[in-house]
Amino acid sequence: MNLTDQLPALQVVVPMLSAPLIVLLQPRGLAWAGATAAGLVSFAIAVALASAVLGGETLTYSMGGWPAPYGIALEVDAFSALLLLIVTGAGAAALLAARPSVDKQIELGLQPLFYAAWLLGLTGLVGIVVSADAFNIFVFMEISSLASYILIAGGPDRRALPAVFKYLIMGTIGATFYLIGVGLIYMMTGTLNLADMEARIGDVVALNPILVAAGFITIGLALKAAVFPLHVWLPNAYTHSPHMVTVFLAACATKVALYVLIRFDTSVFQAKLDTHEMQFALFAMPLAILGILVASAVAMFEGHLKRLLATSSVAQIGYILLGASFVSHAGLTAGVMHMFNHALAKGGLFLAVACIGYHYRDLRLSQLGGVAARMPWTCGALLLCGLSLIGIPGTAGFISKWLLITAALESGPWGWTLVAVILVSSLMAVVYIWRIVEALYFQAPVESDTPVSEAPLQLLLVTWGVALLNVVFGLFPAIPLALANASASLLTGGAP
Amino acid sequence: MKLLELLGYYNYWVFAIVLMVGLYAVISKANLIKKLIGLSIFQSAVFLLYITMDKVEGGTAPIIQAGVEDQIFSNPLPQVLILTAIVVGVSTLALGLAIVVRIKESYGTIEEYEILDAD
Amino acid sequence: MSPETAILVAISLPLAGALAIALSGRIHPNLREGVTLATAAALIWVVWGLLPTLMAGGRPAVEVSQIMPGLTIAFRVEPLGMLFAALASGLWLINSIYSIGYMRGNAEKNQTRFYVCFALSLAATMGVAFSGNLLTLFLFYELLTLSTYPLVAHKGDEATVRSARVYLGILLSTSIGLFLPAIIWTYMVAGTGDFVLGGILSGKLAGPEVGLLLGLFVYGIGKAAVMPAHRWLPAAMVAPTPVSALLHAVAVVKTGVFAITKIIVYIFGVDFLFATPSSGWLLYVAAFTIIVASLVALRQTNIKRLLAYSTIAQLSYVVMAAAILKPLAEVGAAIHMVAHAFGKITLFFAAGAIYVASKKTEIYQLRGIGRRMPWTMAAFTIGALSMIGVPPTAGFVSKWYILAGAFEAENLVAVFTIIASTVLNAAYFLPILYMAWFEREEPGGKEHGEAPFAAVLALCITALLTLGFFLFNGPVIELESQVVRGLT
Repeated sequence: MNLTDQLPALQVVVPMLSAPLIVLLQPRGLAWAGATAAGLVSFAIAVALASAVLGGETLTYSMGGWPAPYGIALEVDAFSALLLLIVTGAGAAALLAARPSVDKQIELGLQPLFYAAWLLGLTGLVGIVVSADAFNIFVFMEISSLASYILIAGGPDRRALPAVFKYLIMGTIGATFYLIGVGLIYMMTGTLNLADMEARIGDVVALNPILVAAGFITIGLALKAAVFPLHVWLPNAYTHSPHMVTVFLAACATKVALYVLIRFDTSVFQAKLDTHEMQFALFAMPLAILGILVASAVAMFEGHLKRLLATSSVAQIGYILLGASFVSHAGLTAGVMHMFNHALAKGGLFLAVACIGYHYRDLRLSQLGGVAARMPWTCGALLLCGLSLIGIPGTAGFISKWLLITAALESGPWGWTLVAVILVSSLMAVVYIWRIVEALYFQAPVESDTPVSEAPLQLLLVTWGVALLNVVFGLFPAIPLALANASASLLTGGAP
Repeated sequence: MKLLELLGYYNYWVFAIVLMVGLYAVISKANLIKKLIGLSIFQSAVFLLYITMDKVEGGTAPIIQAGVEDQIFSNPLPQVLILTAIVVGVSTLALGLAIVVRIKESYGTIEEYEILDAD
Repeated sequence: MSPETAILVAISLPLAGALAIALSGRIHPNLREGVTLATAAALIWVVWGLLPTLMAGGRPAVEVSQIMPGLTIAFRVEPLGMLFAALASGLWLINSIYSIGYMRGNAEKNQTRFYVCFALSLAATMGVAFSGNLLTLFLFYELLTLSTYPLVAHKGDEATVRSARVYLGILLSTSIGLFLPAIIWTYMVAGTGDFVLGGILSGKLAGPEVGLLLGLFVYGIGKAAVMPAHRWLPAAMVAPTPVSALLHAVAVVKTGVFAITKIIVYIFGVDFLFATPSSGWLLYVAAFTIIVASLVALRQTNIKRLLAYSTIAQLSYVVMAAAILKPLAEVGAAIHMVAHAFGKITLFFAAGAIYVASKKTEIYQLRGIGRRMPWTMAAFTIGALSMIGVPPTAGFVSKWYILAGAFEAENLVAVFTIIASTVLNAAYFLPILYMAWFEREEPGGKEHGEAPFAAVLALCITALLTLGFFLFNGPVIELESQVVRGLT
């Protein structure tokens, strides 16, 4: 048995076991170092997994040696490998940059607990992605959710508390819905293993419980994924949480819920339920379109930097869902690709926000005049990531827009309408990104008592690293594209 | 006959009713503690669903005894699952309560509208 | 240096220059200006070094990255792009000399940002000129918009930022809303977006769809300022004059008409379009723009706004010439890009010099200014005559070719438009010349002489180029005829 076979388990085990150890690391700085080390190891494992998957393998690991479908299986295919890259990449990058910002926002004594919660959040997210078992996904989902409630509420801003309470209520309802759906499927099929479920749904005679289950699961996960109009918990939670937590969660948390949603709706239900494809498309597409348009419009008039970007995330989730709702190879490739590209763009943007937030307490746009003159490097990175979010060619965002438009055109007679939606929302993105640019670059400076300089080097370097990745993956997207293509093939059950 | 058949599924009826009671409380109550109570009721309903589905008519606890053949067992798996779910529910509730305590500390109230007014 | 390397160097050199300018700006302004001039000179050396290859019929090409199968970032030099690149790089050096005089004479703020963005926009211009397919063209087209935005908003006050917003808003929304769908449509239909002589769409698209796609391209390329997508150009006049001179008389606007010409020649194919009636509307729209913009120019009182509307009209000359779809007219389109560039940059330089020396911006203030600033006004006169098309200026040459093409196509609309607009051009430029040279100055005006030496030097050079192009245009026409020979 070689090491590659163990990687799916190690992916979860490394951050999980590191978490309690971190709590013991009291001296200043050690907790951060330990957490970062664990994050980097996780990322390295994800890279190794991705390269193995690119070689054409699907890695399966049976917990405790019990074979699936009786035992609990972990499985890494192209789709999960890509998600693992996103999650661990976001986690590691944010941790790498986190120290200066966290030192400012979290009490020293609580920092070990904070980092431990961070690692548990990471554990939960990667756990969801590698699990091939519906109930296991539920457990990991709750681990990640509980950890993120703690992380969001951990900052100095008291407004985070009501926000996180709302998130907790809605998140729990979502998870419970999911649990009901899984229960109903188990009742009808007697299995919890996803692949087994897919096969056995075909033998079920009375399909109504399965359809109800599909409804419960879709709605529950849509709640977790902040699909419009179930997104109300998201803007405030991301706005008032500590800056580094926003970086981590905005880049990957909702995408993992979407991952499960897409897994269930396109592969588990799709294959054997005749009417499901249309049901899913009819349910998801209008919500995606509404989400794209409404959230972009709201973002255009938002006055708070972080809430503006958070609201834009709701629109971007719409893009991913729109791609998935075509239920075609091209559409799924576009949606999956946008998960990756949006994580890059939004992660970079929130990192830049963390840089600004290091010096500025009030992040309303009206208070940010003259920032560009004081923090030119930060604002440069923010601009670059903003362009990627808009989808200017040469950046990562353009790739997914291009794929999405191509998929829309292939989707049938309504394709042009969808293209119009995508283009209009891109223009709206221009407006809201440009409001930020104008505030930072051309607004009269607000008088401040202390002279402000650039953000700490550690934070700045990571921010620029992510910003440059937006360009690199805009010009050379071969690797994520190969994974996205393979994922789409897996999900549609067809050849690549 | 039809009616009796429907009544025969009374476990599921109770599940649905309890679920809705919980959801109603979560949505309608402005007091954060009451919201959490509602959430707990909501989750408990799901426990009932899982316990219901594992029951096999005439089945007993799944323990293999020497010399006893043809024993019918209830399905143990949902019970195990729901134990886990209960643990998850308890942790969520604990965390929710902790957040309410902190809200009380910093806002001085746990009524939703008053909190909204405070900011 | 092999031609392939030269292409990449031409694009990365201004980028490296921008970085060097940013760093040297912290040390000393003189060093910064030195770096700017050195970069501009080096760029000329690299770009013009490609000319012999092109003249000999070479078409160097290089592929940078393959984004997706069929979708590449690639460069390919052909005569149109070569001419454009040579023009922009040559004028950048002259413009940099002028900028130094202008910016220092005006004591402008944020000069480092100004020179950095200028270098960035030149890099984007080189990318546009050398682009080998639609995607690459689009990439650099957008970069040009973004890198010129800080230049337009340079002054930074409320009104300027509002104008800059109009500038960015129109250019970005047309490019994303229309240009991008047109590109995607082209890729879907043809399977490629490469620029191929004779076009790639022939036989793959027919009927009204051709006209529609052409419309998406023409209006998507807002930089060509075909009405009604022209509003950004007058708005951009809030920029410092060197920006208006190089970017909004040469680089940015020429990018627009260059892109349209290139798409007509290399994507649609001239013969294909000529045979497709649904594309005929373009000529009329261009003619309309020429006449209306000239009429609006007639009513302007601000010098720079007048020049802006004149530019809109002159740009549509190029579009109209390209839309005549005859070989001579295509050559005329290419030459008019050069002729108009020389003339209009001279006019802007003169307007800027007047502003630096006397702070005058309105036409009525120009009474008798010819006596105070003889060199500047002499250059202005040459530029104005070139706009009208009087020999011996560059404007005459290009008009000759366009007219010849119009007659060849027996296109009376085009002929009439050219004649009418010549009359209109004369109607708005000649009164200014009369005022400047023959009327008496208002009493009580400020005492002033010529603008700083660097500025006067630059505008004299461009005025001489305007005259020189009348006599020595052989190589340019020969180069552009290569495109035509491939056509017929």
